[in-house]
Amino acid sequence: MDSNEVKMSVELDVFVGNTTIMDEEVYQLWLDGYTVSDAVSIRMKSGILEQFGTTEDVLESDTMDHYRTFQMTERLLHHPSKLVNQVLFQIPPHRQAMLIERYYAFDEAFVREVLGKKLSKGTKKDLDDVSAKTGITLKSCRRQFDNFKRVFKVVEEMKGPLVENVQCNFLLSDKLARDYAAIVFFANSRFETGKKKLQYLTFEDFAFCACQLIQNWTVGAVDNMVEDMDVDLDKEFLQDLKDLKILITDKDMLDQHKSLVCTGLRGKIQVFNEMEGNFKNLSRGLINIAAKLTNTKDVRDFFIDLVEKVIEPCKADRWLISDVRAFLTQYTNSARALDGFKYVQSS
Amino acid sequence: MPGKLKVKICAGRHLPVMDRASDLTDAFVEVKFSNTTFKTEVYPKSLNPQWNSEWFKFEVDDEDLQDEPLQITVLDHDTYSANDAIGKVYIDIDPLLCSEAATVICGWFPIYDTIHGIRGEINVSVKVDLFNDLNRFRQSSCGVKFFCSTSIPKCYKAVVVHGFVEELVVNEDPEYQWIDRIRTPRASNEARQRLISLMSGELQRKIGLKVLEMGGNAVVGYLQCFDLEGESGLVVRAIGTACTLDKISNTSAAQLPACNSPSKEIKEAPFSEDPNPNTYSSGPSTPLKNQTYSFSPSKSYSRQSSSSDTDLSLTPKTGMGSGGSAGKDGGHLKTLLRQQTQSALEQREFPFFTLTSFPLGFLIHAGGVVSARSVKLLDRIHNPAFVGIMGNTRSYKLLDWNSFTADEPETRDAWWEEIRQEIKSHAKALGCHAVVGYSESTSICEEVCILSASGTAAVLNPKFLQDGCLDCYSENRLSRQPTFFSTGSEKGEFDFFLQSKDSSSMLGLEDTSPPSCGFCHIPYDELNMPFPAHLTYCCNCRRQKVPDVLFTTIDLPVEAAVTGRGCLIQARLCRLKKKAQGEANATAISNLLPFMEYELHTQLMNKLKLRGMNALFGLRIQISVGENMLVGLASATGVYLTALPAPGGIQIAGKTPSDIAYEQHISNIQKKINDTVSRNKELYEIHPLEISEEVIGSPIPEPRQRSRLLRSHSESSDEVSELDLSHGKKDAFVLEIDDADAVEDILSLLTDAPLPTGFYSCNTENMPGIHNWTSSIQMFTTVRVFRLNNVNLTNQGLNKSFNDLCENLLKSLYFKLRSMIPCCLCHLNFTVAVPEDELIQVAATAVAMTFDKDQAQEILKSNTAPMKAISENEEQLQFPMELSSDSPSVQTFPPSKGFLENASPQTIQGTSRATSVDYSSFADRCNSWIELIKLKAQTIRRGSIKTTPSLDKASPLAEGHLRLRSTPSCTDSTVTVVKMTPLSFIPGAKIIKYLGIINMFFIRETTSLREEGGVSGFLHTFIAEVFAMVRAHVAALGGNAVISYIMKECVFMENSNKNQAQCLINVSGDAVILIRESEQEGVPIQTHGSTSQTPQSGGAPVS
Repeated sequence: MDSNEVKMSVELDVFVGNTTIMDEEVYQLWLDGYTVSDAVSIRMKSGILEQFGTTEDVLESDTMDHYRTFQMTERLLHHPSKLVNQVLFQIPPHRQAMLIERYYAFDEAFVREVLGKKLSKGTKKDLDDVSAKTGITLKSCRRQFDNFKRVFKVVEEMKGPLVENVQCNFLLSDKLARDYAAIVFFANSRFETGKKKLQYLTFEDFAFCACQLIQNWTVGAVDNMVEDMDVDLDKEFLQDLKDLKILITDKDMLDQHKSLVCTGLRGKIQVFNEMEGNFKNLSRGLINIAAKLTNTKDVRDFFIDLVEKVIEPCKADRWLISDVRAFLTQYTNSARALDGFKYVQSS
Repeated sequence: MPGKLKVKICAGRHLPVMDRASDLTDAFVEVKFSNTTFKTEVYPKSLNPQWNSEWFKFEVDDEDLQDEPLQITVLDHDTYSANDAIGKVYIDIDPLLCSEAATVICGWFPIYDTIHGIRGEINVSVKVDLFNDLNRFRQSSCGVKFFCSTSIPKCYKAVVVHGFVEELVVNEDPEYQWIDRIRTPRASNEARQRLISLMSGELQRKIGLKVLEMGGNAVVGYLQCFDLEGESGLVVRAIGTACTLDKISNTSAAQLPACNSPSKEIKEAPFSEDPNPNTYSSGPSTPLKNQTYSFSPSKSYSRQSSSSDTDLSLTPKTGMGSGGSAGKDGGHLKTLLRQQTQSALEQREFPFFTLTSFPLGFLIHAGGVVSARSVKLLDRIHNPAFVGIMGNTRSYKLLDWNSFTADEPETRDAWWEEIRQEIKSHAKALGCHAVVGYSESTSICEEVCILSASGTAAVLNPKFLQDGCLDCYSENRLSRQPTFFSTGSEKGEFDFFLQSKDSSSMLGLEDTSPPSCGFCHIPYDELNMPFPAHLTYCCNCRRQKVPDVLFTTIDLPVEAAVTGRGCLIQARLCRLKKKAQGEANATAISNLLPFMEYELHTQLMNKLKLRGMNALFGLRIQISVGENMLVGLASATGVYLTALPAPGGIQIAGKTPSDIAYEQHISNIQKKINDTVSRNKELYEIHPLEISEEVIGSPIPEPRQRSRLLRSHSESSDEVSELDLSHGKKDAFVLEIDDADAVEDILSLLTDAPLPTGFYSCNTENMPGIHNWTSSIQMFTTVRVFRLNNVNLTNQGLNKSFNDLCENLLKSLYFKLRSMIPCCLCHLNFTVAVPEDELIQVAATAVAMTFDKDQAQEILKSNTAPMKAISENEEQLQFPMELSSDSPSVQTFPPSKGFLENASPQTIQGTSRATSVDYSSFADRCNSWIELIKLKAQTIRRGSIKTTPSLDKASPLAEGHLRLRSTPSCTDSTVTVVKMTPLSFIPGAKIIKYLGIINMFFIRETTSLREEGGVSGFLHTFIAEVFAMVRAHVAALGGNAVISYIMKECVFMENSNKNQAQCLINVSGDAVILIRESEQEGVPIQTHGSTSQTPQSGGAPVS
């Protein structure tokens, strides 16, 4: 019988549908950078063979087909508007949206490693370290990195609102477009986010900050008529921040400010005494950060400075988040009420 | 000068970068038709050039219009060196030459290069102004409509079915010319593509001329194939059925064919029928009466001419005038009609029909499969006399290979003529005057060529075959039309059938519906049967004799009574062959052929019985020749015809002297077989009514088990060898196990894996037992090549491998399409080839169609998992706005925005949703739901990325809306959705216009195979490109679907060592405009408007 067994090898095996069949599960495995054989064993563990009464060969053939399709689609996914207008694959719009959204989705662990870094070849070379550290496959890391870089390149010099630019060029959902806006914004200003002290912050936290910064500190935020740039911090604004120094250099001003804040917060926060005792330091910390922002280097350290000079002292005194919020609100409002600052509001 | 062709080049997009320095392209376009070339300006430095050219006008005669393709070449301008070609577009302008097809071709065409594939798209508009030419001797046949579909196209009615048309043209293959040694592969490929395009055009024109000569206006079931004979040349041949078609004027009438039909016959029907029972109600006909008919079918033909004279003299002349109108006076007219039928068909050289399904009443009896094969040696062309006999010499001058012998087409013609004669005589032997479901094919290996033809011998209703006959509308939904039925039975060709008329026309007035079994009744004389057969009375009408099994190449007639469901049955076989050359090789092959056919037939019969069925439809037997083996593959759809007797079981018999263990073994196998039969009966719901013995009993003792597959082989000589297909066994069906091989054979019967729950398959147009299709379809092409690695090949091992190969391919399909459950794979036809030593290639193009689970529910009880999916599916169908995140989504297109943006106004979006979505309310609801959707969609996406195991169940609707919401309007797709199917219909949609035939031939070659993802990557891309080009051409014609799509040829060659591969693909189909069934009352334009507006109103407020 053995001599009768003819060994066969599959030389070629393709399946092409008029509507391109794309299994989301396999797509995710592909995005996660698994090889075909890894993907097959992962799929087998899900019990798919038993569920559909099929064999490993079939699963492998199916996986290969999908991988090929995804590889062929990949260059289109680099320019999602091309995917929408391409003729090679007939993909229903909702599936296209899924493909794009998944392709541009990124891992929290990865983004935390790269956020604020220069999206350069050097960073790309270090991706194997990132991969080792995060447990994300190198292939997936590269895809995510390339996505960041691609989006960055396209919207970097673009006028108009950053989020909308990302959305319009990459057809992403609101949420993902906002995330990318944050990534682009951080990469552009090269905010340091990787220091140990910042490790407890999530991408979500930074994305929130980015959103605030974009809304309030960029050129576009000040004047959305001309030169509407969302990517860069408003230089003029940063220059103006230097004027705040008076709040800590002028003794009278400092006292006045302190008393206004204390009056406003008395009985409203739990850590009133600590606040009162530490006001000078806190104010100095805040103002110094603000005043240094004209230096690119200091911009990069913005978050680390905030943590060291503001957040850590507060934490040490066991401030509640509501206390911080109340303090900062009061701090801002009181400063506005000071004599020397009234003109700032009117200008 | 009867025509003016106008072409405008509008723009290009997604062009490749041709100038590395600037990363841009300086593109311009050459537009060439016949010998005239126009050029656009160079549009510098852009990948999306806007040429916006003037209308280039070509003044040409219609002959050229038919033959020549419009050739558009996109080039990159280079000041210093030669301009680089980016790619080409060939546009067949034939659809514009027919007033009823497309009026303008306008759209984005993929720019195709045979080395690089698709390289961007170009927007082209083409128009033709035709001047009327009344020249009788014209060479053109503009206006003849062509249809690939093998049934009468849906929005037409067949006035006359004229019959067989065929033609072939021959040329030298550019690939094998001396010049090919010095030119680039690209030039060679392009020469080939252009030549085949030209030859196809010429072929179509010539066939058109034949149709006009016959008085027809259309070709249905048009099948064009090419034979790559290598050094000896290239043959393009086509066959079809000439018809006179009438367009059904408006859609509302089409919905109600009964009211629409203007034919007086229907009104007359009661009158014409009334007298019949009185005249002939002599009780049930007994078999004895049939004995009065005594001459053999073949004799009847020779007698016919003389007898017709006498008949004529007896027949009142008035009867003649009324032509085919239903007889008022039975006796005379019947004789007349019979004689008319004969003469109508006798006039034709070949009474063949490529149709596989027919207007109601057209097919009277199906006799069985007739087939013929012949092995030929391809001769090299020695004749140095180069004569341009192809009429259109100047086109060939350009191509510089006007070199073929004058007698070449005649040789090929003669070969086919020989085969057709054989088929015709087989049909005669079965007592049939016609062959339906006729097709021809070849298999070439080196210099050996197997020509094959097959069809179903049949007796037809002459009313459709003559001019001035009644209108007949082939509306499937009509369960029965008494007129057609009764006339049908009156048209019996022999006296013999007068008997049948009595009984069946009586039945026609009773409640049973005789068309459901009429075609099964034997057309041949019971006492002079062409072969021994086991006859019984029809289980349906109990009046006529039927065979115990029926094999046919046609589709199951819609009106046929069927018990249970059908299923795909395949017989697979490999036979080793010694390598040989020339004559010896041809002899070896023709010696093997009969055995292969015999075995394939035995396998089919066994598998049929194993499924408890008694008839095969759509039978296709393909035998492919390779250097060291022959591969045979027979596919058919098995059914249980209610009219035919229940199939006997399969009995195993061991060798005579045997020990206990052996007996045990035998009985085990027997048990397995019996179990399989009963399991299959359950699966296919075959529960026929029990019929009492007395009715079934055959009056003639018929011990021999026979089938009706008649075929023969002839080698280069004309010798015809008839093979006795009798299994030579008494009793029901006995398989004798006399050696290990036989055991293997029987066991292999049982290895056919059962269909997974929720799946059905067939290779025909309709699946018996499934009617409630949803509109969700998925057409696909799959190709596999296997390498046999064992040096010591044996037939046994080879068979097993081939069997596994086919089974695995099927398994893969089931797995891939699992999200469509419950579904049926329709038109699942495998094509086998032996491209090289030890390589077997199997290709299939089929469509998966889902159907409503209500019907399938009982069967699915056993399995809970698919059930769940199904119930979810239905939920989604019932509440299209429900945000269920678990409905299968791969194949559904939610109503989407943007797809129609760029389409011409007459383009109608045929969405594949099963439920009809009311678009206006859809929009309103959209707004109110959008917030919820927003939330939901977000959760679905964010939450499910890595967790949910069955991710492909994410709601298509939720994501659809998500897209509407999140996608800015500037990026709407300009690509029209085009559906494709190998069937002649798309469920849930109505064809409102046929736009013309799509017949495309592409070559793709690579010299960087590894870089393109190996052979699979290369072919995957190519097939996707072919689909894309077909879709683009259909969309440019204004269509939104291709029906009757087939991949006729897929020739794949590789040389991995050289990192090279080449593939040729030939596809065809009918471009059509579809509207969804629920929309057919509305005006298409409105539909168009609302479809494109709705999503905008839904999307705007939130984005």
